[in-house]
Amino acid sequence: MPEDLNWAIGGEAGDGIDSTGKIFAQALSRAGRHVFTSKDFASRIRGGYTAYKVRTSVDRVESVVDRLDILIALTERTIHENEDELHDDSVVIYDGERSTMQDVEVPGDAIALEVPLKRLAEDAGGAIMLNVVALGAACEVTNFPIENLDESLQKRFGDKGEAIVENNKEAARMGQEYVQEEYDHDFGYDVETTDEDYVLLNGDEAIGMGAIAAGCRFYAGYPITPATDVMEYLTGRIDQFGGKVVQAEDELSAINMALGAARAGARSMTATSGPGIDLMTETFGLVATSETPLVICDVMRSGPSTGMPTKQEQGDLNMTLYGGHGEIPRFVVAPTTISECFWKTVEAFNLAEKYQTPVFLVSDLALAVTEQTFSPDTFDMDEVEVDRGNVVDEEDIDAYLDEQGRFQAHFPAADGVSPRAFPGTADGAHMTTGLEHDELGRRTEDTEVRIEQVDKRQRKVDTAREQEEFDYREYGDPDADTLIISWGSNEGAMREGLSFLEEEGYDIRFISVPYIFPRPDLTEEVEAAEEVIVVECNATGQFADVIEHDVLERVERVNKYNGVRFKADELATEIKEALGDDASTQEVEAE
Amino acid sequence: MSSDIRFTDFKSDKQPTWCPGCGDFGTMNGMMKALAETGNSPDDTFVVAGIGCSGKIGTYMHSYALHGVHGRALPVGIGVKMANPDLEVMVAGGDGDGYSIGAGHFIHAVRRNVDMTYVVMDNRIYGLTKGQASPTSREDFETSTSPDGPNQPPVNPKALALSAGATFIAQSFSSNSQRHAEIVQKAIEHDGFGFVNVYSPCVTFNDVDTYDYFRDTIVDLDETDHDSTDRDQAKDKIMESDKEYMGVLYQDESSVGFEEREGVEGSMAEIPDGAPDGATDLVREFY
Repeated sequence: MPEDLNWAIGGEAGDGIDSTGKIFAQALSRAGRHVFTSKDFASRIRGGYTAYKVRTSVDRVESVVDRLDILIALTERTIHENEDELHDDSVVIYDGERSTMQDVEVPGDAIALEVPLKRLAEDAGGAIMLNVVALGAACEVTNFPIENLDESLQKRFGDKGEAIVENNKEAARMGQEYVQEEYDHDFGYDVETTDEDYVLLNGDEAIGMGAIAAGCRFYAGYPITPATDVMEYLTGRIDQFGGKVVQAEDELSAINMALGAARAGARSMTATSGPGIDLMTETFGLVATSETPLVICDVMRSGPSTGMPTKQEQGDLNMTLYGGHGEIPRFVVAPTTISECFWKTVEAFNLAEKYQTPVFLVSDLALAVTEQTFSPDTFDMDEVEVDRGNVVDEEDIDAYLDEQGRFQAHFPAADGVSPRAFPGTADGAHMTTGLEHDELGRRTEDTEVRIEQVDKRQRKVDTAREQEEFDYREYGDPDADTLIISWGSNEGAMREGLSFLEEEGYDIRFISVPYIFPRPDLTEEVEAAEEVIVVECNATGQFADVIEHDVLERVERVNKYNGVRFKADELATEIKEALGDDASTQEVEAE
Repeated sequence: MSSDIRFTDFKSDKQPTWCPGCGDFGTMNGMMKALAETGNSPDDTFVVAGIGCSGKIGTYMHSYALHGVHGRALPVGIGVKMANPDLEVMVAGGDGDGYSIGAGHFIHAVRRNVDMTYVVMDNRIYGLTKGQASPTSREDFETSTSPDGPNQPPVNPKALALSAGATFIAQSFSSNSQRHAEIVQKAIEHDGFGFVNVYSPCVTFNDVDTYDYFRDTIVDLDETDHDSTDRDQAKDKIMESDKEYMGVLYQDESSVGFEEREGVEGSMAEIPDGAPDGATDLVREFY
């Protein structure tokens, strides 16, 4: 038998699949076992196939595999959907007494374990508990001490009263006893427990928790799969820390509310998925030009358009990297693991405030809906640092006033970072706008001021490159000829895949990159390798494109951005300069 | 808040580029007077505006201000007020900004009832794009993009507001400066969303809805027996499509702002240097 156990419960949406799976996953986690969950679900509330899968081991598990050891099938379709993952020692638990399940054929040599789930549940107090009867049966099959279920049942049903909790405990035991009595059989599984303490959470929850830890106080969003869990997590929790969640009427409103709150001085965030990012794009430029710190989270799903809302994809990289008209400085940070969803959220808030820019926090469905166990000190709150950047108060504001006493909110500082005065600060009143503006925030079309402000905003990126570490994580053999690069949720599967490949004699260097922009320069790494493979969940290889771009020999660039078109004589001079010849024809305005 | 604030303190040193005679001068002056009269200072006032002639207002006033994107000023204002209820938040927009591209936000801002003031400079035309039909243009009003008239009835913003559950609806006229300032002041003092539609004539592109037209037509509600606390009376006045009124059409005096109802107690700007106290409990929840 393999070290890890793969377990699933499947049925129709609305059958309580999620909560049953979660009860089991939590019981395993509480029993000191590592857990990695995944969900198969469709975009509907009731009906349609849905499954909750749990992979568990005493060692850390980082991905899903194509193998199922225990399957609780509430519908016949569940068996068909998972047929390929069943093997000779798989155990399929189902209720053969139900009219829809009477003709079920368990494929191959997998073990069919008929348990009258509904009848036993009724005996325990109600047919609704049939899933819990199945959990009890699964405990017996896997030699997992059933007491571990009790606290999960308490957590799940505690609000409904002790009687309900007790009935559920009874239902689980009836499932266990039925298997004991009817199947005098050792199924060969032994899910041992340990003394370890783990927490179990998904990527959206980690982002929400990271936001609160980082001091986020305002969140505005609009429900969308798979980002909604971030809003649901924050609702009811952020209030305890003096914050507020507002459900906006649409994503346009959500990002503008978040922008308003950020200007008022709150650490502020919005989260959405691809279609919502499209709508928010309008405001990206305003966030950047007004130099407002804002965290914009995109939990990617399959696109384009409404695509496949409940399926995985990493197709929005270009959108977050380039979305919006004109050119704006921004940061794009993409956590690669659930724990990193927490830490990169904290970092995103610091980057946003230190550099007064939009920060895109890019996650994906696989991270969002996957629950994984961690040692609680993975989220050590004492390690959280808050850096608000250049905030001026009433005492030090004088240094930032011009000779007329006006606050220079867009002062073209050498590092690109201006002073920031929260509204309410005496003498700090100032205008800010999406129009090109001068250091006071006043609209301008002056060509020199335009260049000064564009350069100032761009300098933030250079400053950040100097001050921050936009690095990567590395696994495998650093000297291998084959280099694999990935971003986002692929890291876990890739790391485990690496061990399969290593067993077969492949020699591989694997780099996982959590920063899209600015990102680590991988030129040396790419050039040192004979084969370079970029792994990502999309059709065109968007990250592969930027890696290729980075290692290309650069073309010379002639740019002009003061608002005036190119002129012939000026271009001639610029070209000569680009060719390394003396620029003596005339003075030019453009860089 | 200092009591020696004058309305000129809210003036910036930028000269407005509105056309000479534009109604927006009067609208803005009334806003500044009302802010000063209610004891606000530029440092604790936040003015939000969208795009168009009305959107320029933040540039000409002196306060904390944000000039955003077309139609989205209200959500920005809501975010500001939710994050710091101590600020006086005033949102300015135009009829295109507010009732066309921003119509959705308008309805939801009304029903959300955040304690802020929304002043719409309604000139029944798109001015800054040089004279196209707006949502409040008359059905037969000929413009560059509607040579035979828009051929659709104008929106009735006050009716939209009333039906969305507005707690304060007023109508003003920029030319009657004293009365206009008074009406905006009432909107500021209202606890909740104070909505003021201001007739602010465009002297360049609108030769129908002119100063003369409004002067001849407008009826001051103070000179009638209108009871602004009576929603039915307000509804009747608002639905009279051939009448123009000035004054407070409706006010729910028991209104309480959304931020207060939501329990927002003060500015969200102050946060600890590290994770807040109790953050470890967030981790414990996942055991």
